[in-house]
Amino acid sequence: MTDVRVAGVGLTRFGSHADRAGRDLFATAAERAFEDAGVPREDVEELNYGNFMGALAEHQGHQAPLMAEAAGVRCPATRYESACASAGVAVREAVRTVAAGDADVVLAGGMERMTNLPTAEVTEGLAMAADDLFEVRSGVTFPGAYALMAAAYFEAYGGSRRDLSHVASKNHENALPNEYAQYRREVSVEEAMDAPPVAEPLHLYDACPITDGASALVIVSAEYAADHDVDAPVAVTGTGQGTDRMALGDREYLARTPAADDAAEAAYAAAGVGPDDVDVAEVHDCFTIAEVLALESLGLFEVGEGVGAAREGVTTADGDLPVNLSGGLKAKGHPVGATGGSQIAELTRLLRGDHPNSEHVADAEVGVAHNAGGTVASAVVHVLEVAE
Amino acid sequence: MSDGGAGEGGGTGGDGGGGDETAPSPTPITDADYDEWLDALAAGEGYALVCPDGHGSLPPRRRCPECGSDALSREPLDEIGRVETFSVVHVPSPRFADDAPYVTAVVDLGPVRATGVVRGVDPEGDAVEVGLSVAAGVEERETDGEPLVTFRPVDGE
Repeated sequence: MTDVRVAGVGLTRFGSHADRAGRDLFATAAERAFEDAGVPREDVEELNYGNFMGALAEHQGHQAPLMAEAAGVRCPATRYESACASAGVAVREAVRTVAAGDADVVLAGGMERMTNLPTAEVTEGLAMAADDLFEVRSGVTFPGAYALMAAAYFEAYGGSRRDLSHVASKNHENALPNEYAQYRREVSVEEAMDAPPVAEPLHLYDACPITDGASALVIVSAEYAADHDVDAPVAVTGTGQGTDRMALGDREYLARTPAADDAAEAAYAAAGVGPDDVDVAEVHDCFTIAEVLALESLGLFEVGEGVGAAREGVTTADGDLPVNLSGGLKAKGHPVGATGGSQIAELTRLLRGDHPNSEHVADAEVGVAHNAGGTVASAVVHVLEVAE
Repeated sequence: MSDGGAGEGGGTGGDGGGGDETAPSPTPITDADYDEWLDALAAGEGYALVCPDGHGSLPPRRRCPECGSDALSREPLDEIGRVETFSVVHVPSPRFADDAPYVTAVVDLGPVRATGVVRGVDPEGDAVEVGLSVAAGVEERETDGEPLVTFRPVDGE
């Protein structure tokens, strides 16, 4: 496999961009990625773009050529859709393309606009990531599906709402210095506990917000970086993807995420590392319980033991294994089709040492990113390493 | 699209053969096999499609989703199911605007699990718990009268 590098990363601020079209958001992220990379636009050979509900939010299909225009590149452009893992699969295909030697420079990322829709329509839109016949028509909402998983987890392994409130509080604290984060304010454990219920046992602060935003990455071969004097110290050394049955009720496990197990196993194998080597992680905490399930699928905690990780201080900024130093989806925000790219961008910044939270992982060499779609019917895992 | 909430879903349909364009809620797809299954469940004759290896699934299916077998036979669902997990939903989608709060549950019905709404209980009470014995059926959504898979507690002695 060709050595694959992240040459540059670009993000918009996550939050509400009521007066900016999606194409403008992605253009901004791409602008910043090119500036960060020092790679000329004309060298881009492919655009891999993630988006989930653009047809609903902006009445806009066929977004890939539109985003190529917006980014100022002319090359084969493809939209990837895997619900909340849309950008994750877009980045994964960029990594595979460069690794295979089919291209030296690929622009990858994603965009989502959500805040322009009424909350009820966003709820309906997100539910499109579930099985319409057997889940949505039976009253399953997106928070409701994760609530079913949380309740099943508590039943099988123990844990409590308070444990999950610690996850929320941790991620909000991590977002404080992050200039791209939607919610840069503290949420105490008690505040999370006292918030109104959304789908019990999940309450308001167990859920990520509704977010607009975009992410972009310039993925290059190490050979290209060397030849063009591009500073790209972070390598993508492993990528993996997994799939599970679409409907939660059809799965063998209601409180585990085997698709992410499979993705992690493949990514670790490609990188030649294991869970014990991981120094820092960005995981898909669309709901607090999702962070717990991610930690277990990544092998960072035994099954049934991840729920106490934040409360015990293991995954906090000053813990042994900081998780979601960006603030996570929970506090940084979750523009669905952009999130997978945003995680890689944040992990790259953390490993390069130019993230506002890099001080917490000053010696980190191995990072892992976990991006999930739906109730983890899709999962993508990437391993990033400091290469030089 | 309407942002009026309660029911006005924005008319995604249009290919349904006419007559119900005023239907208050979107039904993005229709499927005869699914509708037949729903009718059977309503009549107390719910079934699963089961392959020779014993994997159960619900229609429409041409292949077993676990092993790919096309030898699917209809087997009856258990008369009494068991709640495996549940949630009290307070923030609904538009299709369930008038139903909330409600209890959604995943129930083991023998050859297959099904997801639906638990009726006949106070959603805000403690009546539902994992392990609760229920019977599956079909009732109407309060919001728009569309059919809904439901579970009602039974004496599980």
